[in-house]
Amino acid sequence: METLPIIFRTEDLCAYYGDFMAIKHVTISIPEKQVTAIMGPSGCGKTTFIRCLNRLHELTPGARISGKIFLRDEDILKLDPIVVRRKVGMVFQRPNPFPTMTIYENVLAGYKLLGIKIPRQVADFIVEEALRKAALWDEVKDILHRRGTFLSGGQQQRLCIARALAVKPEVLLMDEPTSALDPKATLQIENLIVELKETVTIVIVTHNMPQAGRISDYTAFFYLGELVEFGPTAEVFTNPKDPRTEEYLTGKFS
Amino acid sequence: MTGETYPTHEKRRGFKNKVIIGVIVILALLPAIPLFLILINILKEGLRALSPGFLFHLPKPPGEEGGGISNALVGTFFIVGLSVIIGVPISILAGVYLSEYGKDSKLAEVIRISADVLQGVPSIVIGIVAYAWVVRPMGHFSALSGSVALALMMIPVVVRTTEEVLRLVPDILREASLALGVPYWRTVLKVVLPTGMVGVTTGILIAVARIAGETAPLLFTAFGNQFMTWNPMEPMNALPLVIFNYATSPYEDWWRQAWGAAVVLTFMVLGLNVLSRLLARRIAGEK
Repeated sequence: METLPIIFRTEDLCAYYGDFMAIKHVTISIPEKQVTAIMGPSGCGKTTFIRCLNRLHELTPGARISGKIFLRDEDILKLDPIVVRRKVGMVFQRPNPFPTMTIYENVLAGYKLLGIKIPRQVADFIVEEALRKAALWDEVKDILHRRGTFLSGGQQQRLCIARALAVKPEVLLMDEPTSALDPKATLQIENLIVELKETVTIVIVTHNMPQAGRISDYTAFFYLGELVEFGPTAEVFTNPKDPRTEEYLTGKFS
Repeated sequence: MTGETYPTHEKRRGFKNKVIIGVIVILALLPAIPLFLILINILKEGLRALSPGFLFHLPKPPGEEGGGISNALVGTFFIVGLSVIIGVPISILAGVYLSEYGKDSKLAEVIRISADVLQGVPSIVIGIVAYAWVVRPMGHFSALSGSVALALMMIPVVVRTTEEVLRLVPDILREASLALGVPYWRTVLKVVLPTGMVGVTTGILIAVARIAGETAPLLFTAFGNQFMTWNPMEPMNALPLVIFNYATSPYEDWWRQAWGAAVVLTFMVLGLNVLSRLLARRIAGEK
């Protein structure tokens, strides 16, 4: 693990909702171009943790962060959140394509919403590339100008992945991206994630232990806001060092 | 089984049920009866006045037969249109503020209460205020002052519906936009507002339907005019003013025309209400 380049590093990261401390002194180094799964029981701060990484956390009224988060060598807490979010994309629990936009416009939303003008040919290229990466191109290439909300749940979620990829982020955060999908769509997204790590670092929150086992290279186990264990997935799953990880993995609590 | 044991009991229960349902249906229809009586009455008296000439001709001088209400039709569209131009931008901005920025703050609460109070101000008082604000400084009656009065009446309606509609836009859409690195104000402008646009339009239509028939705010603002005018600085005629002035005149032909104008105005407002209903249903269907 020491040999892999590190893309995200947090130092003594704490996150609060008002007086409630949701993330407690987390120090972690996330390796580049790998899939890192964030696991743990409900309410353990998994989602809060990744929402710190693109600074969505601080949008919640009363929420704040202390500590340091480095993206490569830059402390992102000192950057403009808008700059951070261009580099760190996000896919949410429920597919959320923009209902007023077509499939084509949804993919380009990262440019259009910012008022960035791009020539038609470049736009066509970006759309095709992002949709191909998201394994959606073949299904939608003839209906690019229909509303994105007409697609099935799994297709909508891949559309959201394409939308995030279109702005070429370095990291893609995924917050339980398959929890609202059926098994077939889930499998498609899982296969996609494994392909995507060629080009982008993925940090995925998941409730689903077998899923983490199938797709992730590294696993971080959170419990009550603390980072209990972090290491290569195979090691964490077969030989957990912390008794709490073992209890969770063997189903003693969830 | 019970049916076999107590057949008469069962029958009587069914009969009671029918009676109660019948009574409830009749009671439910009661509120609709005045509407139909009004419509029948207006149509009976007003249809005689209606003809293409009535809609497209100018009024004749008193005592002369014939003439139409073309200037009042134009005036109503003009005055209401101008009040939309004045009132809607302010209202949408206020609605956006309440839903996206103010939320539960003190200032937002004050604005909400103010809007509710403004909505409760009697329309005649609104007319007097517009008279003091616009007519007196200008020195004469004008369409503009009428539009200001009507804008004051539509603002609270549009503010509150805009706020409610924007609050219905799911937060995950805001987050999707923010996560792409889009600033909040652009998210509001390009994601939240377009998503709620049908609802905002419905609110505007409801407000227009409310103000189009208002008479009191126009009495000492737009005032009325026997001639056609397109100048917002001049007094202008409007359908409610025609109805008011003609109905209180001593000429029988004008009474007839007042009924005709009443038909036109009523069906305009009815049409707007139906249209806003249809739009509202479309929003409900999308959910």
